Amino acid sequence: MKPTDTSNPEYFHKVVDCQWGCPAHTDVPAYIRMIAQGRFSDAYMENRGSNVFPGILGRVCDRPCEPVCRRGRVEDSPVAICRLKRVAADHKDDITERLPKAPKIGNGKRIALIGAGCASLTVANDLAPLGYQITMFEALPKTGGLMRTNIPQFRLPPKVLDEEIGYILDMGVDLRLNHPIDSLKVLMDEKFDAIFVGTGAPHGKNLEIPGRYDSDRIHIGIAWLESVAFEHIKSIGKRVLIIGVGNTAMDCCRTSLRIGADNVKVMARKPRKFFKASSWELEDAEEENIEILTNHSPKEFVIEDGKLVGMNFELMEYNIDENGRIDRGVVTSEKFIACDDVVLAIGQDNAFPWIERDIGIEFNEWDCPLVDETTMMSGRAGVFFGGDSAFGPKNIIWAVEHGHQAAISIDRYCKGENIEDRLPVGLNLVSQKMGMHEWSFSNDYDTAPRRLMPHIDLKERFKKLDIEVELGFTAEQAVREVERCLNCDIQTVFTANLCIECDACLDICPVNCLTITENGAEEDLRTRLAAPAENHEQALYVSTGLPHTGRVMVKDEDLCVHCSLCAERCPTGAWDMQKSTILIPYASDEATDSPPQPAGVSGT
Amino acid sequence: MSYIAKPKVTHPGMPKNKLGLYARDYEGTVSTLCAGCGHDSVTAAIIQAVFELGVEPHMLAKMSGIGCSSKTPAYFVSQSHGFNSVHGRMPSVTTGANAANRELMYIGVTGDGDSLSIGVGQFVHAIRRNVNMCYVIENNGVYGLTKGQFSASADIGSKTKKGEANNQEPIDPVSTAISLGATYIARGFSGDKEQLVPLLKGALTHRGFALVDIISPCVTFNDHEGSTKSYAHTRQFYHHVTDIDYIPPSEEIKTAYAEGETMPIKMHDGGTIVLRKIDRNYDPTSRAAAFKYLRERSNAGEIITGLLYLDESRSEMHELMGNVDTPLSQLPLDGLHPGKEELKNIQNRFR
Repeated sequence: MKPTDTSNPEYFHKVVDCQWGCPAHTDVPAYIRMIAQGRFSDAYMENRGSNVFPGILGRVCDRPCEPVCRRGRVEDSPVAICRLKRVAADHKDDITERLPKAPKIGNGKRIALIGAGCASLTVANDLAPLGYQITMFEALPKTGGLMRTNIPQFRLPPKVLDEEIGYILDMGVDLRLNHPIDSLKVLMDEKFDAIFVGTGAPHGKNLEIPGRYDSDRIHIGIAWLESVAFEHIKSIGKRVLIIGVGNTAMDCCRTSLRIGADNVKVMARKPRKFFKASSWELEDAEEENIEILTNHSPKEFVIEDGKLVGMNFELMEYNIDENGRIDRGVVTSEKFIACDDVVLAIGQDNAFPWIERDIGIEFNEWDCPLVDETTMMSGRAGVFFGGDSAFGPKNIIWAVEHGHQAAISIDRYCKGENIEDRLPVGLNLVSQKMGMHEWSFSNDYDTAPRRLMPHIDLKERFKKLDIEVELGFTAEQAVREVERCLNCDIQTVFTANLCIECDACLDICPVNCLTITENGAEEDLRTRLAAPAENHEQALYVSTGLPHTGRVMVKDEDLCVHCSLCAERCPTGAWDMQKSTILIPYASDEATDSPPQPAGVSGT
Repeated sequence: MSYIAKPKVTHPGMPKNKLGLYARDYEGTVSTLCAGCGHDSVTAAIIQAVFELGVEPHMLAKMSGIGCSSKTPAYFVSQSHGFNSVHGRMPSVTTGANAANRELMYIGVTGDGDSLSIGVGQFVHAIRRNVNMCYVIENNGVYGLTKGQFSASADIGSKTKKGEANNQEPIDPVSTAISLGATYIARGFSGDKEQLVPLLKGALTHRGFALVDIISPCVTFNDHEGSTKSYAHTRQFYHHVTDIDYIPPSEEIKTAYAEGETMPIKMHDGGTIVLRKIDRNYDPTSRAAAFKYLRERSNAGEIITGLLYLDESRSEMHELMGNVDTPLSQLPLDGLHPGKEELKNIQNRFR
């Protein structure tokens, strides 16, 4: 193999699995160390820089960081990253002085943002401090988009939403509530310098089976959740069936329990391993005695005397092949299940009836606009998309990242610069050595298992719709959980010409991730390492030829626990532990035309 | 040394041995030797060897004297027996222990000071008695614990850290052992575990006195230019004359070896050592030839490594003394002494 090019920021970025896995690349290890130090406000600001909504995301993020967490490869469960983020938000001081502010004199450019959800809010957050005049149009009477209408209050209290959205609106955003946009063409005539579409995927999928239109007790999940959020719907029948088993279904079933239902069943067409809902959302629903029935395929709604009395389901049997793929299944029998209401939560679609098809924006077969994945610009120059409206339903953290990228593009576009010409990602490395065996971070491996999130009592939580179920970690729990972090951002950096091949690092490594051997092709090298290197997703760090023998040092990044013992046992300092700070460019960096600088708060 | 203990976390893909133990189950406490010390690599090689052999920890006794080398038994197989003796007295303490309990596997870890200076008399008599043990010399040519004076194994012309050259003849433990009639004589290098681990496995299974002299650089006092026991010098001048594979009794010899280059040697435990000659002219069964070869090559500045001499036919201490098979420690008291009457008779014979 060729020696690993560590001057490419991507290499060490990838080692920080959580940060690499996060669409917005939040520097997770850095902020959770701040939490352990009691620096909650610093941790909050570190978060806010990349993900804008730490309090919201700390409760309801889809957590792409956790399944990829290295701790989850060494042990059963990853670090509870998401809930630590909430700790920073819950325990912070007043941070208003530290927020970005709009300049007194604007730059004269006007930007229209359609929708007041997470994507649009992120664009406003990034552009308002640069002097842009932001006008935000929202069809509903409140801001927040899906975060407010589709996520129930017992998971995300309105005051958290109001606080974090307020930080952005307070920068002088011209907010127009109850102001649906019916025609993009008309809006374009208002001569905005750029338009950003962040209207989400507002159209819940329907289930066209017999009986669908014969009762008013059959609801579309996301529309029904929205009605509950705005208190248009305040009750539901005793027996409720939820069709579908994604995260929206989990919100529907738990909401039903709080507005009158006492027997809620979630009906899944496939076996459990094909569920779309996140494991923790399934757990939370099951803790509330929600029954999830698998292999039930909806056949028809049963209506008697004009009234919905239940549904017929086909019981399915599937074959799963060795690659884990499931076939179409065969029907084995039928089953009637009685109910008073049915909520359909089987997905959502994009819908753009208000965008004219002759203004240069092209749409694909699923009615999604064709949008550049880097610049977020559509076929019509100056019209940008982000969030679910760009590429179909994803999640909040993706919408935030789209917002950041769109803000960079809008800024360049308004200045007449090439929007493809963007600042590269940078990397800073700083040694963490403090003494012979002292490091600036807690390098010892803590064997503690993942902390459990305390929940409010089962009897209490159903009394009202807005009683938050998760109580949040205490400071003590947070500190213990932070100790589980393997500090993957503190990189093991190797300097080949210092190595005397004494084997000290190889001998001390607890997970046998180091080997000195003859170089070879990657496939061959992987078979010759001290421990099996079967995770091809994780890189091999290969040195140049070592001075004594010309062999190479190979590190399998897969299971390194960043304990620093290789660096402690190295007599020549060939191994060192260096904190990597990934420098992600934002619109503010583009604006100053200087590459991004490390944050004001230190990374460790 | 390090401030933290080696984390109790392992790679899930690591193999188990026949007892169901992982290599890490054979570890001891974290080393307090200098970072980069060759002795730590020897420790790692011993751990690997006893792991691969599937040694039951409670059937192992680790013996040592005084010196950096003699600290190392603390760093492997915590659950075994051990004795840290007076300086240079490890061989006689091991002889005594072995006399009392011949069932245990004995590994003595010592250094060039412990064995070639203060304990040289003990060393030669353990060979003479052919004590059944694996005798490891961690040989670095200096007294590391007392800040780097030349030891008895320092080569002529080798320089101290300050630049003074040694002018006294070194004692070479390998040639000494050949001349004294040791039955398993090997030399390895701490920086070459591929060769060292099989040498240790052979030594641990050999019945009789097995010497493994290991060049183990002192990273603090003897790893500079001008030293003949530094990592760089050893790598530049060392030569494998033989490599061995130890095949346990339960396994077949699968690998095909070229004719004339290999010698399978049956061991007393039923296993086999397959010896591969790197130099085809080398004869590891002849004391005279081995001695001659070593002298010639060492005069040419080469460091010869591998299994250099093996005689599996000779009797070890208990056989030479005609002892019972049962360990003395397990014999009932009346079987251990002849009784008052018989003792009187014996004494009367000398009156």
